[in-house]
Amino acid sequence: MATTDPAACNDCAFHNTEGLKKLGVNTTNVDYVVALAGNPNTGKSTVFNALTGLRQHTGNWPGKTVVRAEGGYSYNEKKYKLIDLPGTYSLLSTSQDEEVARNFILFGRPDVTVIVVDAGRLERNLNLVLQVLEITDKAVLCLNLMDEAARHNVSINQRTLARDLGIPVVGTTARSQIGIPELLKTIDDVASGQIICQPHKVENLSKSIEHSVSKLSESLARQFPGLPNSRWVAFRLLEGDERITEALMNNELAQLAVL
Amino acid sequence: MNEKTTKDNIIDLASELRWQIGDNFHDKLTESIYTDAAEIASHAIENNSAPRNYPLDSRIDKIVTSRTWGFPIMIGILGVILWLTIEGANYPSGMLFTLLIEIFYPFLKGVSSQIGLAWWLDGILIDGIYMAAAWVIAVMLPPMAIFFPLFTLLEDFGYLPRVAFNMDAMFKKTGAHGKQALTMSMGWGCNAAGVIATRIIDSPRERLIAIITNNFSLCNGRWPTQILIATIFIGAIVPSSMSGLLASASVISIALLGVGFMFLTSWALTKTVLKGEVSTFTLELPPYRPPRFWQTVYTSIIDRTLIVLWRAIIFAAPAGALIWIVANVHIGDLTIANQLISSLNPFGLFLGLNGVILLAYIIAIPANEIVIPTILMLSVANLGIAGMGGGDGVMFELDSAMETGNILIAGGWTLLTGINLMLFSLLHNPCSTTIYTIYQETKSWQWTTLASILPVIMGFVVTFLVTQIWHLFS
Repeated sequence: MATTDPAACNDCAFHNTEGLKKLGVNTTNVDYVVALAGNPNTGKSTVFNALTGLRQHTGNWPGKTVVRAEGGYSYNEKKYKLIDLPGTYSLLSTSQDEEVARNFILFGRPDVTVIVVDAGRLERNLNLVLQVLEITDKAVLCLNLMDEAARHNVSINQRTLARDLGIPVVGTTARSQIGIPELLKTIDDVASGQIICQPHKVENLSKSIEHSVSKLSESLARQFPGLPNSRWVAFRLLEGDERITEALMNNELAQLAVL
Repeated sequence: MNEKTTKDNIIDLASELRWQIGDNFHDKLTESIYTDAAEIASHAIENNSAPRNYPLDSRIDKIVTSRTWGFPIMIGILGVILWLTIEGANYPSGMLFTLLIEIFYPFLKGVSSQIGLAWWLDGILIDGIYMAAAWVIAVMLPPMAIFFPLFTLLEDFGYLPRVAFNMDAMFKKTGAHGKQALTMSMGWGCNAAGVIATRIIDSPRERLIAIITNNFSLCNGRWPTQILIATIFIGAIVPSSMSGLLASASVISIALLGVGFMFLTSWALTKTVLKGEVSTFTLELPPYRPPRFWQTVYTSIIDRTLIVLWRAIIFAAPAGALIWIVANVHIGDLTIANQLISSLNPFGLFLGLNGVILLAYIIAIPANEIVIPTILMLSVANLGIAGMGGGDGVMFELDSAMETGNILIAGGWTLLTGINLMLFSLLHNPCSTTIYTIYQETKSWQWTTLASILPVIMGFVVTFLVTQIWHLFS
């Protein structure tokens, strides 16, 4: 809510719009890869379009998009590739759209994952956020649709939210470009390691599950030291996820641990 | 080797632990995530006690997804759409009929005789191909041009996810996936599209159920058949002021019967060949958006109406040629059509249908859209009524619907035949496009065969039973 008057911010160090070059589909020799995840209808593609200058068409029906869109921009001399993942409500099941999103965050190892959420429907959107944070440590929460949230009388303490989630939070209204400069800066900070995230991990697990999960993730961590998301892999193995079992057997997981 | 053993150990450990936790791990994990999300959200949202301002959306949702009003409203909306379609299609249908069949058909015949076209070419081209295409346009274009825009407006408004929401509990009870409500709604447009839409369902088991039962959603190609037969046979048993209402009500009953059969089949499948747990999912009710009226009307006419009509014409044209040939080539004293119809007739009558209907459904496997035109052409050809179509009357006007009815009644049709045709139109094999799509999605001939044969068998059983009960009471 800090940037309702963009004109006042133009001198601020954050507001480095000259640093932004929209590169459209030109995504060769990039320095960083950024994934855009989020629920459908949160304006994810509007954010994507605002950053890349592309005009991605968006659908309103869950499951219409099972492919991902790519675009590029450069910011402060660094080239970024932006991947717009299909909008999903969760990453827990194995429908095709969710698998595309999840596999990219897991195996594609983006430098930053931007999670776009609808500020007016925070609680519902947080389910996906928490799942993404189980997979990756480098994430930015883009609190989009701030204007609609304000209209609906919702006001969010971004500082508290950032502290609880352990990742930076940026409020935006992508449709009118509000908050985009801050978003760019934050993505840059996380990508370059200036901001270190300590993401929230799911807590309220029942004792028997917590016990099984830690037992399994310990033995995973022993087998693959350096695997950043052994806990999440343990979740998936406990659920009998075939794709992850396969990744375990064919050394894909081992490679993730090495990187 | 050693490394491999460790990996196997991990897998073994996982399945051992899974065994200990029990099979509701997924639900428990989902629950934990929800609890965390709620906690974090309650910290972050500052004015939690302040009144939220989602006035219209939530007020509408309270009503359309309420236990009491949810289903009556669903049926009411569908009813209004069908009623508007049936009433509104009268006039344009009549005009098209006059134009295409009473004016343009004799004109073509005249041209053909002037240039001295060979009798068989004249027959195939004009009495076969042209007539089939003209019939498809006159019968199908007006109802589609009204029904599809109305349905698309409803879709754009955001109502369909509410339908899914209302039906979710019922799907769960049958052991199927709640998202099947969405694919079912898609199937009301086109079964092939509905089958593709099942990709949004996560578990292969539940997806198969959704694929196999999608055919129980009345599709584009079948709504006009239902509407026409309901108008001719069921609307005609009450005074004309009431006939539109009764016809709409009977079409709704058939559509709901389809939903009933879908539940029944889903349930039967989950109890037999497709046993398993129901998985959870999140369904977001998107905000209501006032649809952009004219744009929706325009795109639904271009995208749906004309595409479906074009498909119908493409399949109807060769079918028309085929019908003309079987109706005009004699083997012995009788035409091929006569022979086929009379050999199918005993079985047809046994089911409360007739040989013409069965033959029409065989010819119309490529596209459901052409069933009615095929039936009419076969009836006319079989009865040897001269000047096919000339003066047969206008389909949707009551007087002339009676005349169309007269063709059918001359072919031995009764109210029972009409009802059974509506039932059989609901319960028969999917069109060839849908069958092919099912194979594409499942990659299995067994499931494709099951999905194709099952509804026909159900159709035979249901029409047979209805016929027996009918004879019992009359």
